[in-house]
Amino acid sequence: MSGTTLLKESGPREVFCGLTSIVWLHRRMPDAFFLVVGSRTCAHLIQSAAGVMIFAEPRFGTAILEEKDLAGLADAHEELTRVVRDLLQRRPEIRTLFLVGSCPSEVIKLDLARVAEQLNKAYEGQVRVLNYSGSGIETTFTQGEDGALSALVPLMPTSQPQESQLLIVGTLANSVEDRLKTLFNRIGISKVSSLPPRKSSDLPSIGPGTKVLLAQPYLSNTAKALKDRGAEILLAPFPLGIEGSRLWMQEASKAFNIDKGIVDSTLEPLIARATKALEAYKSALSGKRLFLLPESQLEIPLARFLHRECGMEIVEVGTPYLNREMMKAELDLLPPNIRVVEGQHVEKQLDRVNAEKPDLVVCGMGLANPLEAKGVSTKWSIELVFSPIHGIDQAADLAELFARPLYRQQLLEHKVLAHT
Amino acid sequence: MELTLWTYEGPPHVGAMRIASSMKGIHYVLHAPQGDTYADLLFTMIERRGERPPVTYTTFQARDLGGDTAELVKGHIREAVERFNPEALLVGESCTAELIQDQPGSLAHGMGLDLPIINLELPAYSKKENWGAAETFYQLVRGLLKDKVDGQTTHDPRAWKQEERNPKVNLLGPSLLGFRCRDDILEIKKLLNEHDIDVAVVAPLGATTADLLEIPKSDINVCLYPEISESTCNWLEKNFGMPFSHTVPIGVGATKDFLTEIHKLLDLPLKPNNANNESKLTWYSQSVDSNYLTGKRVFIFGDGTHAIAAARIAKQELGFEVVGLGTYSREMARPVRKAAEAIGLKALISNDYLEVESAISEAAPELVLGTQMERHCAKRLGIPCAVISTPMHVQDVPARYSPQMGWEGSNVIFDDWVHPLMMGLEEHLIGMFRHDFEFTDGHQSHLGHLGAGKAATDNSSLTESQKEDKAISESVNLDSPIWTPEGKEELSKIPFFVRGKVRKNTEKYARQAGCRKIDSETMLDAKAHFKG
Repeated sequence: MSGTTLLKESGPREVFCGLTSIVWLHRRMPDAFFLVVGSRTCAHLIQSAAGVMIFAEPRFGTAILEEKDLAGLADAHEELTRVVRDLLQRRPEIRTLFLVGSCPSEVIKLDLARVAEQLNKAYEGQVRVLNYSGSGIETTFTQGEDGALSALVPLMPTSQPQESQLLIVGTLANSVEDRLKTLFNRIGISKVSSLPPRKSSDLPSIGPGTKVLLAQPYLSNTAKALKDRGAEILLAPFPLGIEGSRLWMQEASKAFNIDKGIVDSTLEPLIARATKALEAYKSALSGKRLFLLPESQLEIPLARFLHRECGMEIVEVGTPYLNREMMKAELDLLPPNIRVVEGQHVEKQLDRVNAEKPDLVVCGMGLANPLEAKGVSTKWSIELVFSPIHGIDQAADLAELFARPLYRQQLLEHKVLAHT
Repeated sequence: MELTLWTYEGPPHVGAMRIASSMKGIHYVLHAPQGDTYADLLFTMIERRGERPPVTYTTFQARDLGGDTAELVKGHIREAVERFNPEALLVGESCTAELIQDQPGSLAHGMGLDLPIINLELPAYSKKENWGAAETFYQLVRGLLKDKVDGQTTHDPRAWKQEERNPKVNLLGPSLLGFRCRDDILEIKKLLNEHDIDVAVVAPLGATTADLLEIPKSDINVCLYPEISESTCNWLEKNFGMPFSHTVPIGVGATKDFLTEIHKLLDLPLKPNNANNESKLTWYSQSVDSNYLTGKRVFIFGDGTHAIAAARIAKQELGFEVVGLGTYSREMARPVRKAAEAIGLKALISNDYLEVESAISEAAPELVLGTQMERHCAKRLGIPCAVISTPMHVQDVPARYSPQMGWEGSNVIFDDWVHPLMMGLEEHLIGMFRHDFEFTDGHQSHLGHLGAGKAATDNSSLTESQKEDKAISESVNLDSPIWTPEGKEELSKIPFFVRGKVRKNTEKYARQAGCRKIDSETMLDAKAHFKG
């Protein structure tokens, strides 16, 4: 491991909880419904984080616990069954129902697994009912996806023992997913599947012939569950930027014994084109100082990309938690003496932001405007989980997301500091 | 357990945050897990605040639950007091912390801190945001003023006469995430100043704890937003003998009534208004152009205060017909029911936007006055809409001066409500002219794909006329009269924004009259019948 300085901090945190993942998961699998079992806070969180009003009836909702549900658990289980029955009657097109645990449901120890099991019996052949926890006392932001995917793993059919396939794990934009599949096909990996699939009922198979590439860095539990099903987990940097995407694809091709020459000749023109496209943003970002607050778990791979390929100076990389095994390949690429802080004390961290005066801060939505009001440019981390940013072809688009706030700062003639 | 796809109000601790963030020098320690920190974005994103809300979240985790969460709470309280040095501290918990019963308020009281500590108990499983805001404001005012209650309610609202000064009043209720509060304050100050009445304390928005201590020194209180400040005004009346005004000055009539009430409470003779200062709404509504507005069917839904005010303006000042009135606020159910009964309606009290949507669809209005959610419902139904109430959306915090209260508020309301209706008329004209050869496709409808009879691409993926067919065929299933092709053709010529009403009325008439088939003659009969 490199000489990166790994620090831990604890204190008040400012991150979303795992429920927030529902915002993109329900878009990915339109035949699934996410039912949070929680409080009005949970419902309000998801609708506020999604930042949208509802244009159609949504594929997520909250079974809001009321005073009487807290009195007796048996009744709460019955109540939940009733709510599910009403919901499924209203939405007969649902094929997979996720019961999503929340802080309150975890604290009162509502047994969602048991309710799911009973519902599965009742709705056999019609709807599959799964459960996982997106609670903020156990998960942050993107970890919710880890929970949802882990819940899907036991349902994946077992593949034939000799069947060799590549499984890409983690939600990607559809266009990016298609592109990556095409590239893998081009270098000779013919069977490529994805988890989560585009249809919840269309789960890929899994077995000893499956090699898993993680497209997202927050899927430790899913990786473990896939490994337990016999799959091999390939550890590589994550497919952000040219370098990360190249190493990620090379790791797969090594595992499939594909001739390096074929991989190189396939990727070289892509790399040349992407390098050219990146040039403009590189000059905008080079030498600019970057501070990443912990939120999406993408912070370390982003820091690696923005430093190595865009020439940004890294002041601090915050990450909600650090899985050293999964991040090893990324940390190895970071230059020595970069401050990587696991956990958070939001006040102290903001003190450091104020002291360091970085050119750009990657942060959550709650913190962005207060920083802008102090003249610090910001980038919302939530945007990164919605944008097509993975792969060599997207490297320039990814850089552009960070260059835009800096460019905007230059365009605006007047600025107001500390406007409230 | 209640299935909720979308909620009009947040949890009660968000209400407490609204009070804390509205004021200066207050800090709120909230015992809550990390996910609850989302609430910051309501203030920094929706209201575009350049300051973080003054809130410390304890962000306890599962692993803390086995240990001493009480110590964790105390640590956060100590650190927050040291770092932010507030004048008063609010201490409370969100839904999850309520379950683990650490009682952070009592913990804070036991820490020997030298500042006022307000313990907030906001039951998260039965109450909601506005209630939480009202309770927090009340607890804060009571906490700071209770030592000053001397048991004698000798307060004299006419004291300004002996003291030879202008009468002075407090404006209570405006808060962050409240609808247009920022501008309402300015407008009401201006209005009262024109009548030589001074405004002393405005709270919670912009107030300090020192300001709250000044409240009893004014002559009367103005309860601007009953949702937030009625409980506080009641307490002040009971304990200090301070009377308060009940009229919310939204609309021309209500503004006049408000002035009358304030003057009566202060025993101040009411000067005749300078007509030039008054709202243009009255003349605009009287002008011949506004004949078009006569009898327009409106559906109203929002918080209690704005819904009730809207019903009065719609009926008495714009000559609309109110066909639906409701609120999501249980606390305001009683006055909204009363207001609905007064105009012959049954109020809709509901949290469920889908229920509201179906009520709108059923009432077939020509204009919806609602929240941002009703704006979306109205859009789906192809009905013009204006937003009159929270929940707050970034679009409800306009850069320009845009009050709802007082004379200027009435001007804003006239423009905001009439504009979408005129767009509806324009929509019809676009539909009418689109077959002219001069017409180009460049004339896009403001309703996008739904407007002017264009093919829809949304979930319904139906054209207007297909929708009409669908509505007709659905009604056939309900054993209703059948539309002849000729009748359908005639119906399609009716402007889309009144077509639903005409269809319903005609079917109603046909059923009453025992007609099995509806053609153009039946339509004319029905028209005559409902005129008569």
